[in-house]
Amino acid sequence: MNEQELKKPSFALVSDHACLLTFSDVIDEFTADYISRVNQALKTIDGIVDLVPSYTTLLVVFDMDHYDRFAIEKQIKEVIASISSSDFGQRDTCEVVIPVYYGAEVGPDIDDVAKHCGIQVDDVIRLHSSTRYRAYAVGFAPGYAFLGNTPDTLHIPRKETPRLKVIAGSVAIAERQTAVYPSTSPGGWQIIGRTPIQLVDWGSENLAIIEVGDTVKFEPISRDEFLAQGGSLDGF
Amino acid sequence: MAFKVIKPGLLTLVQDLGRHSYQHLGVTTGGPMDEMAFRWANALLDNDENDSQLEITFGMLTLEAQADTSIALCGADLGATLNGDSVIPWQTYAIKAGDVLAFQQPKNGLRAYLAVKWGFQIKPILGSVSTVVREKIGGLSGKGDKLQKGDMLAYIACSQHRQRMVPRLAIPNYNSEEIPMVLSYQAPTFSHLDQARFFGNHYAVSTESDRMGYRLQGQPIGGNKKGIISEGIAYGAIQIPNDGQPIVLLRDRQTIGGYPKMGCVTPYGGGLLSQKKPGDKVHFANWTIDQVERDRHLQIARVAQWR
Repeated sequence: MNEQELKKPSFALVSDHACLLTFSDVIDEFTADYISRVNQALKTIDGIVDLVPSYTTLLVVFDMDHYDRFAIEKQIKEVIASISSSDFGQRDTCEVVIPVYYGAEVGPDIDDVAKHCGIQVDDVIRLHSSTRYRAYAVGFAPGYAFLGNTPDTLHIPRKETPRLKVIAGSVAIAERQTAVYPSTSPGGWQIIGRTPIQLVDWGSENLAIIEVGDTVKFEPISRDEFLAQGGSLDGF
Repeated sequence: MAFKVIKPGLLTLVQDLGRHSYQHLGVTTGGPMDEMAFRWANALLDNDENDSQLEITFGMLTLEAQADTSIALCGADLGATLNGDSVIPWQTYAIKAGDVLAFQQPKNGLRAYLAVKWGFQIKPILGSVSTVVREKIGGLSGKGDKLQKGDMLAYIACSQHRQRMVPRLAIPNYNSEEIPMVLSYQAPTFSHLDQARFFGNHYAVSTESDRMGYRLQGQPIGGNKKGIISEGIAYGAIQIPNDGQPIVLLRDRQTIGGYPKMGCVTPYGGGLLSQKKPGDKVHFANWTIDQVERDRHLQIARVAQWR
């Protein structure tokens, strides 16, 4: 894609201290690359206090008490104008590998998922762990990354009634997405396994191991490996 | 030296101006629900604007001082007493070792702010001491706990005291039902009739209102709308879910969400809304961004120049 085809995002003030850049109305890799690049570039502007990237948008929160919103708007537009699609390859994102103990012992919905999709439990594991996912958004809870897209065969709706308690580390799928619950919380996704690793470390500056734009892979591990890595078999 | 918590109150939280620059990781900002009351309390003591305070929701809190200091009380009138004598908000009080400060129940507003000279001495998490119970972050323990009986709120003793009060014209009227808001880019997805209903409605604050969001009840508008692709949520966003009853997202809001929005309440409007109790009535006033900005600058300048 050449530079002429790079469509500028629309700019809308949301309140006196926030604006929303909308890049597309469809979710795709190109849009995610574009948002990732702009997100990176806007970090250099003084007065911007928060940047919240999501599937097709980037929310920019600024300090309206010490900076002029017209100046910030102008700088945002200048930064965007300076970006070309040839910059997209230079994302400094990483690949995160997450070990998962799949199975009914810690993934109470895996049998239902297999039944719904008309495949065996082993196929669920193979399909889920052979796909490279992209983190399109982080939200819902600290460190909760929305990863896409799951293979077509694995598409399944959310549960009719959300669980009141999903154990931290639970790996779940819903629609075209998959995610790991970083902390124990209510949740409506279909749980197929559990990771022994911590997704959020409150002591570290990076805090969460998955950031928007990162690539994520799941690696099946045995029950013994799961326990050896500190995994917990706490029930639901 | 510290305040000893004799009675912890219904919901007493340590807050500063909030935890910024972590929303991209799904961490909300927290911070004072009534920001201007918080700012005035620190200004009264000539504290740093970000020094930590207690946000006292509803009341039922009793503290015992272990050393001399100076405090400022702002925001709601929760029927506070100092050694049994009534004390009113928007001014400073001298505290002696052994003094007992107690809060009863709301007389006007819902949330009071208690600042102490130089702030409470608490270790920040991700740059802030703001308590977000849902995310289990901040506060005295660092793990998002509200105040507990027996907690010790450390402060630096101070024997000097200046009697000061907030100028009368800067004290908000918590009985006002008008909440300023700005229409935003998704407003055109609601029909003119729905917009008229939105501004014509007198909404009641629902019992399911908290620091995350205030749920309002009135004549439903724009129901059965399709969701939008999840996007970052600004402070004050007014979501209209399928039942057509607005939810105003405040300090502890989730960072992204997928309901269509009518607009945003202003930080000042959100502060006024936060002082409302379940059952209280509100209605929205449509402001332009320019109006909001002028009003904000005036209020911030008033605090700064008064210092």
